[in-house]
Amino acid sequence: MVEPILDVRGVTKRFAFNNETVTALADANLRIEKGEFVCLIGPSGCGKSTLLRMVAGFETASEGELLMWAKPVQGPGPDRGMVFQDYGLFPWLTVAKNIGFGPAARGRPTKEVRETEKRFVEMVGLTRFADAFPHQLSGGMKQRVAIARVLANDAEVVLMDEPFGALDAMTRERLQAELLEIWERQKLTVLFVTHAIEEAILLADRVVVMSPGPGRIVADERIDIPRPRDPTSPEFNELRRRLSGLLAGHH
Amino acid sequence: MTQQSALRGPLLAAAFPLVALVAWHFTTSGRAYSLIPPPYEVGLELWDLAFGGIYDDAFSETLLTHALASMSRAYGGFGLAALVALPLGMLIGRIEIIRAMLDPTLQLLRPVPVTAWLPLAMIVFGLGPRSAFFLVFLGAFYPVLINTIFGVRSVEPRLFEAAAMLGLSPSASFAKVVLPASLPSIFTGLRLGLGLSWVVIVVGEMTGVQTGLGAIIMEARQLSRTDIVICGMAVIGVLGFASDKLIMLFGQWLLRWSPQHG
Ligand SMILES: Nc1ncnc2c1ncn2[C@@H]1O[C@H](COP(=O)(O)OP(=O)(O)OP(=O)(O)O)[C@@H](O)[C@H]1O
Ligand SMILES: [Mg+2]
Repeated sequence: MVEPILDVRGVTKRFAFNNETVTALADANLRIEKGEFVCLIGPSGCGKSTLLRMVAGFETASEGELLMWAKPVQGPGPDRGMVFQDYGLFPWLTVAKNIGFGPAARGRPTKEVRETEKRFVEMVGLTRFADAFPHQLSGGMKQRVAIARVLANDAEVVLMDEPFGALDAMTRERLQAELLEIWERQKLTVLFVTHAIEEAILLADRVVVMSPGPGRIVADERIDIPRPRDPTSPEFNELRRRLSGLLAGHH
Repeated sequence: MTQQSALRGPLLAAAFPLVALVAWHFTTSGRAYSLIPPPYEVGLELWDLAFGGIYDDAFSETLLTHALASMSRAYGGFGLAALVALPLGMLIGRIEIIRAMLDPTLQLLRPVPVTAWLPLAMIVFGLGPRSAFFLVFLGAFYPVLINTIFGVRSVEPRLFEAAAMLGLSPSASFAKVVLPASLPSIFTGLRLGLGLSWVVIVVGEMTGVQTGLGAIIMEARQLSRTDIVICGMAVIGVLGFASDKLIMLFGQWLLRWSPQHG
């Protein structure tokens, strides 16, 4: 068996909330191999963000363990880049400097940082906006910067929490296509949270279905349709029906 | 069209003072016992204060000396206040134990107005420029401190997560995240502090210093030289306005990344 890049073993997460404990996630198990594109779907409050934030190292597990390349995750690190729904860009830095933030923070030589900035600004098609500040960009452009800064930092795993949720349909479709292209080219491993079944089927190698109260993983579906996928094809529709059923709880 | 809109602002801004000036003129000029001198007399006096050659009295050609004295105290007191309040505010804002130790005392002292400090300042520092300097320091201190504390405390948590996920070490996060993120608040504090230092300087100079715009206003009042009183007021207004414009320009450059400022 191949060694997984990410291994979530029996992870439970409880939060203290108003003198009560809320179990956000109960006994989650998930193995992800290098290069896989995995989507997490599930209704609001089922612990998707919680799971992602634990992999990122922003939260610690109450029980169980999270391993990356068989080593326990200890805090956030550049090997796991996160793309937030609200972008989380540094407003005082230009597009280029936002993208170069990681390499600069890790003490790479200035010349190399400049080159990296240039390369990734180009890669996400923002050359004209390299010196713009985040507030001068559209939502789609901001999200491109957020993706580029994670890639510019050599992240092996890219964690995305509803990254395209706030974008209009056209921008979302274009970014989905770009993301797939980058994922294939850079051999990334992607863990992608979404509400939308369509988006999950369009993007993922595997769709992990979660359900709330307490949050847990209820299904793990492999998507074998070759890419690019046609949302109007019969296989796509068949999967959509099955996943809807799983989400509604008839499994 | 564009020319019209470019002129609109200055025209609107000038309309009210012009009307006031005209009203001033018609209510004062030609009356022998007017308490307020008419505008052209004030204008002549202002010229004499600045360049001399008209009245050649004790006040002639002294404006620069007084203005420089006031400016050095206003900027000096403000600079010192910033020098103390900025680091102190950052420490109070970011370090729990320092906040617990200092914040209550500082909050308790804050409502005491600068004018209430005046007698005590005069007892401790004596009559003279040091009292004035101290009062300016005090006046500028709190706005800078409060806004710095607020700024460094209200950094979006998301930005710390983003920085950590990109590999920034926790020790570098103050310089790379906290400081830039709180610049807009810090700048607001500096601007308020600088404005207040002009307000306070005049009060401070009314306590027996020899030079300064506050000092000539007080001296002229005792000599019933109302024209000089008005000149002093006008110069303070212009200098305060100019220093606010300057710091605004600086802020626009410093915060050009911020949608609220740039
Ligand atoms: N910091 C916290 N403190 C207390 N409770 C929390 C905290 N974070 C999450 N929770 C709780 O954990 C549960 C799961 O939250 P989570 O944000 O992971 O859900 P989600 O699946 O991402 O939902 P959504 O689709 O709405 O984003 C929720 O009941 C939430 O109230
Ligand atoms: Mg969520």
